[in-house]
Amino acid sequence: MDLAQILSFSYEIGAILVMLMIFLSLVRALLGPTAQDRVTAINIIGTKTLVIITLIAKVYGHQYFLDIAMVYALMSFITTIGVAKYLEKGALD
Amino acid sequence: MNALIEQVLGFLALLSLCGGLFFLFVGTVGLLRLPDVFNRLHATTKCDTLGAGLILLSLALQSTATIGIRLILLALFILITNPTAAHVIARAAYKTGITPVLSRRPGDD
Repeated sequence: MDLAQILSFSYEIGAILVMLMIFLSLVRALLGPTAQDRVTAINIIGTKTLVIITLIAKVYGHQYFLDIAMVYALMSFITTIGVAKYLEKGALD
Repeated sequence: MNALIEQVLGFLALLSLCGGLFFLFVGTVGLLRLPDVFNRLHATTKCDTLGAGLILLSLALQSTATIGIRLILLALFILITNPTAAHVIARAAYKTGITPVLSRRPGDD
């Protein structure tokens, strides 16, 4: 078993581990006493989903998944900014 | 010589993948265990930025140049946006009147 096989195997294992961490973060999004806790958890879930998308792009060899990952990062960022601004001001103007 | 470089790159990729998974796990534990929204932001922002950056670096070490540049750009984007989002959330929490746990006096609750 050479190093390239170990690497591709560990990328798959890594994607599964990150998925389990997403479920753990989802506990905070469900429980979180304040709305800001939930926004934090959703932001973290967005980052981890991006990592999973890039790992899948590597494992399956689909390069266009990287573009999807970039769009996903942008959408996650804009969602967080928008919700945080709504929590701060009570309106989105 | 070429095989040696390939081995070294593979070893570095494996190492940074393990480091990235470790930091993502530490961030998740901090999100679950710490007592306050500010503490949770403190834990998750740094750990998640570093973890995602290390995993993207590990993927970039194993790719061709064009894909590697895209992955590095993605890591730079995360490096800019993740602290900004955390700052905005912390400001919203502070301005809506959530007191940090360390500045609460014992009989406040």
